[in-house]
Order: sequence, then C-alpha cells, then structure tokens
Amino acid sequence: MAPLLSIRDLKTYFYTEAGVARSVDGVSFDIGQGETVGIVGESGCGKSVTALSILRLIQPPGRIEPGSRIEFEGKDLVTLGDEEMRHIRGNRISMIFQEPMSALNPVFSVGDQVAEVARIHAGLSKRKAFDRAVETLALTGMPAPEERAKQYPHQLSGGMRQRVLIAMALIMKPALVIADEPTTALDVTIQAQILDLLVHLQKEFGTSILMITHDLGVIAETTSRVIVMYAGEVVEEASVDELFAHPHHPYTEGLIHSMPHIGHDQERLNVIPGTVPAPTNWPHGCRFRERCPYSWDLPEREHPPLYDVGVNHTSRCHLAIEPERRNQPHPPLVVVEGVGAA
Amino acid sequence: MPGQIQDSAATEPVRRRESAFAIGLRQILRKRSSRIALVILATIVLVGALAPLIAPYDPAAQPDIVALKNLPPSLAHPFGTDPYSRDVLSRVIYGARLSLTIGLLATWVSLTLGVFYGAVAGYAGGLVDGVMMRLLDALLAIPRLLLLLGILVAWPQFSVGALILFLGLTGWFGLSRIVRGQVLALKHAEFVTAAHALGASQWRILVRHLLPNLISPIVVAATLGVAHVIVLEAGLSYLGIGVPPPLASWGNIIQDGSDQVATLWWMSLFPGLFMVLTVMTLNVLGEALRDAYDRR
Repeated sequence: MAPLLSIRDLKTYFYTEAGVARSVDGVSFDIGQGETVGIVGESGCGKSVTALSILRLIQPPGRIEPGSRIEFEGKDLVTLGDEEMRHIRGNRISMIFQEPMSALNPVFSVGDQVAEVARIHAGLSKRKAFDRAVETLALTGMPAPEERAKQYPHQLSGGMRQRVLIAMALIMKPALVIADEPTTALDVTIQAQILDLLVHLQKEFGTSILMITHDLGVIAETTSRVIVMYAGEVVEEASVDELFAHPHHPYTEGLIHSMPHIGHDQERLNVIPGTVPAPTNWPHGCRFRERCPYSWDLPEREHPPLYDVGVNHTSRCHLAIEPERRNQPHPPLVVVEGVGAA
Repeated sequence: MPGQIQDSAATEPVRRRESAFAIGLRQILRKRSSRIALVILATIVLVGALAPLIAPYDPAAQPDIVALKNLPPSLAHPFGTDPYSRDVLSRVIYGARLSLTIGLLATWVSLTLGVFYGAVAGYAGGLVDGVMMRLLDALLAIPRLLLLLGILVAWPQFSVGALILFLGLTGWFGLSRIVRGQVLALKHAEFVTAAHALGASQWRILVRHLLPNLISPIVVAATLGVAHVIVLEAGLSYLGIGVPPPLASWGNIIQDGSDQVATLWWMSLFPGLFMVLTVMTLNVLGEALRDAYDRR
C-alpha cells in the first residue's frame, strides 16, 4: 500500500540578506496510514520548516525549491493550486501549534474558533458547526464543553487551550495531524495528559500523526518510528525501539545521552558540545563533524549518504563503513578549538 | 478514556462572556468624569432626537422681522432671537439634531474608507503598501480645512449631503494609518498562521480574524472623530460654506450673529456652549474607552 504522505528531496530555502539559508536541505521520508512518526532535533535543525512546508505555509523570502515532492493522497502538494491547497489545510492535513495562547484569536469564543474550521470545510451553518465544535471539545476531554465553548481563550487554562487547538485540528477528522511541539508550553502533569489524549484520539480515528519535538521522552511515549534531523537533513531513521536500543548516528547518541535519568547520580547532565551551525553556511562534508567525538578525515572530505545500518534503520554517518572508529572517541573539534563555549 | 483526563483548572467557575461593548461601558461607568460626560451627551442626543417635540417654536419661522428681531434672552425666548426674529433656543435644539447627524454620518464614511484602505495596505504589504502609504502621506500633507475649503468652494451647490460626503472623504487618513499599523503588527501573530493552516482564505483571515481585533482603536478613533467633525462643520458653516441656510446647525447660528458678536452675545454663547459640551464629553468618553481597551 502506498504511504499516506511521501516526501522526496524536500528543499526549503530562505533567501535572506545574509545569504541563502538552506533550512531544509533534501529531506525524504514517508508516513503510513494511521502511523505516528516523530521528528526530533535541536532548534534550528529544520523540523518546523519541514512541517510548514507540508502545509505550504512558507512565507517569502522562503520557498520550496523546484524538484521537491510532497505526495499526499495521490496529489503533489508542492505544485497544487492555492485553492485546492486551502481545501487540504485543516480538512485532510491539520496542525496543532506550539503556543496555545497565541495560536487562538483573543476576540472569539473558543467554540466559534473550533466551529469555524467546520464552517470553512463542511459548509455547516453557524448553529450546526457550533454543536459539532462542542462534540469535538467533549472528545478532547474538555470539562463542561458547552459552557467552555462560549468562553474566550484568556478565560481557559493552558491545558484547556491546548485541548481547543486539538479540537480545531481534529474536527474534520483529517488523515494527517502535524503536532509541532504540542506540549512544550504546558506543565509536566498536563503534558502527560495531552500526550495520552493524542495517542487515544489517534487510535480512535486512525489518524496519522507527525510529532515534531526536541523531547525524546515525548517521542518514546507516542511514536512508532523516529526521524532524527540535523542541519536540514535526516541523519537517522529507525523504529523507536531500535533507535533507543541501538542509536547509530553520533548525534542521536548525544541526544539520548543528554536525557536526564532518574536514579543515575550525575554531577552534570551530558550535553552535545557546540550548537547547530548557521543554515546559510552548512559545513562541507559531514555537517555534524565539528561536534562529533569520532570524526576523522573521511567525514571532512565527503558528505555521508544515508547508509543502511539495520532493518529499516538508516544513518547518515561514515561509521557505517568504519565501525571500529567508535572505539576511539576524542574531544570534538569545537572543544579543541574552543568555539563551542558560546 | 478522555473523560477521565481533567485539568486541575476544571473546577474554576465558568465566567460570563463579556463583549467589547460591555467592557467599554463598564469602564465608562466606573469613573465619575466619564459618567457625567455620558449623561450630558445622552441628554444632548435626546434633545436632538426629540427636537420637534421639545422646540418651543418653528426654527425657521420669522414671525416679525422688525419687532421680534435681536431680542436678548427672556422668558418667552430663553436664548433670545436672531436678526430674522427666529427663536434661538429652537434653532439650537434643531442644530443639535443636524450637527450630531452630520458628525455621525461623516464619521461613518471616514471609518469605512479608513478601515478598508488601512487593512488592505497593511495586509497586502510590500509594494502595494508602499504605494498606498505614500499616497496617504501626500493627502496628509494638505491641511484638512484647506482641502475642504477648496472642494466646497468649487462644488456647484451647497447641500448637507455633499457636506457629509466631503467631511467623510477627508477624515479617514489618520485612522487608516492606525489600522494599517495594527494589521501589520497582527498579521504575523500565531493565530493568523493557525487560521491559515486550518484552511481559512486570505479574505476570511482579514475580515474575521484581524478586523475584530481592531475594534477598540476603531471605536476610540470614531468617538474622537465625531467631535472633530462637529467642530469642522461649525467652522465651515461659520465661513458660509457649510450647512446651507435656513437650516440650523450650531455653526450656522453663530454665523447668523457674527457681524454683531458684541451686542448679540446670546447668538454665539448658547450654540457655542452646546458645541463645547458635546465635543468635551465625546473626548472624555473617547479617553475612557481608550483606557478600557488598553487594559487587556
């Protein structure tokens, strides 16, 4: 069966005064029907731009480069007409935003905002759309949905606002929901509830979810397959279990090691030294080279391809052909040169 | 089960929804100065609305142009009479009606134009915005009174309709700047991106998501705008190119007594007083509304 969403060689560049920012630089992956896929990576690695590209919400000076393909339900979203694209947004693919306060319009009741999506796409009357909105809010576990629907965003708690955003994303029962850091702005207790809710709704509706986060905990809890992004590229892809058990790419390894563990007596958390380089100026060869504890002359010369390193497990690291180098870690270049201190 | 997932805030009482109108009214009623202003303005509006019932005489009647002209205030004519023997009180009452109507309608015209122009410029951005704003700069460079003088002198026939139209056509420049600035600031708000991501069209985003967020500055601008138009109309009528006689507007009445201001003091004082009261109360209310909406 063909995957629901199939992205091939997606390039989204921003033409800024500082140069061309290659924020997403040749990304390919698939999402199957009913599957939950996670994209993980640091800020600036291109995960949010990937999400916005799928919905074609990239504003100038950014653009999706010709040659990129985003196939969804048999259509290429990159070349689709504006009006057709509008029918896909919120209807077949919808998005849950990160900041539940600023993603809601302060001057409308939340019920009206949920209802609006149904009015746009299903052409429902005001009354009917509002009833549907209340039903959808109830599905998200909103307490007293009928009364809450008449309230304004500032009258709700953060968790309730996030439920409103989820209701907006789900009211049309879309095939794919993109969740961009859906729990980052919430208290930890509410975070767990919202993740449970997403998993529950995903099972109930059979919706596919693309979960975008920098939090591996969220990935572990909700997704079945993970894509690790670094510097605008996919650097590793595997099932969740495989990724946590056998991370291959040194970046993935670093992410996993920098997670805090309860019970481990640690003076300090492990960190990956340095920061993501500027997207206007990706390094030659391997883009992670300067922060990598194993780098040698091959990554400096050659940009690594995605190697097969296991069953449905790929990694963009030359260690795949010289695995013995993993036994000779050394301080990364950024530490040696002292550029990572900032 | 989603039913079991509940926020700690779920126990919080459900508060009543409050409209922008209710917030504004509550703020006005809270301060004594704006409460008084509201009462005074409401009285003047009521007087204007009920003019035919309240006015003791026909405002245009000239009962005895020799014996009853230029009478100082008395019991029969509390505001005196004018050089044509007309009752000034009746004219002031009818003047309230006309001056307020002109103020409201002209402001309505300005509001429509200003909001539309500013919203389009701000939302379109780029070159469209640049051209529209430079055009606005050019229009703003001409003093409004001068612009009106030019138009009205050139206009073949005085009529209240034309006066309203031109007052409206020259009154939207400032407002459209405010609206444009607000739209520019709001169009990158996350809720706009969210509306976009959920399939709302550009037009829908502008009309349904952006404009309602601008109600407060628009209401404030409108309140102050009405006051401004009333003063302008009086000025134009005083110059003889405003409301055509024998209709009574406040500016008109002052004009009728203008050549003998020192002796016919009642002809400037009473309409002037009404005008000052109206403009002052509108300004006080405008400020109160601004405070009310700034709070959020």
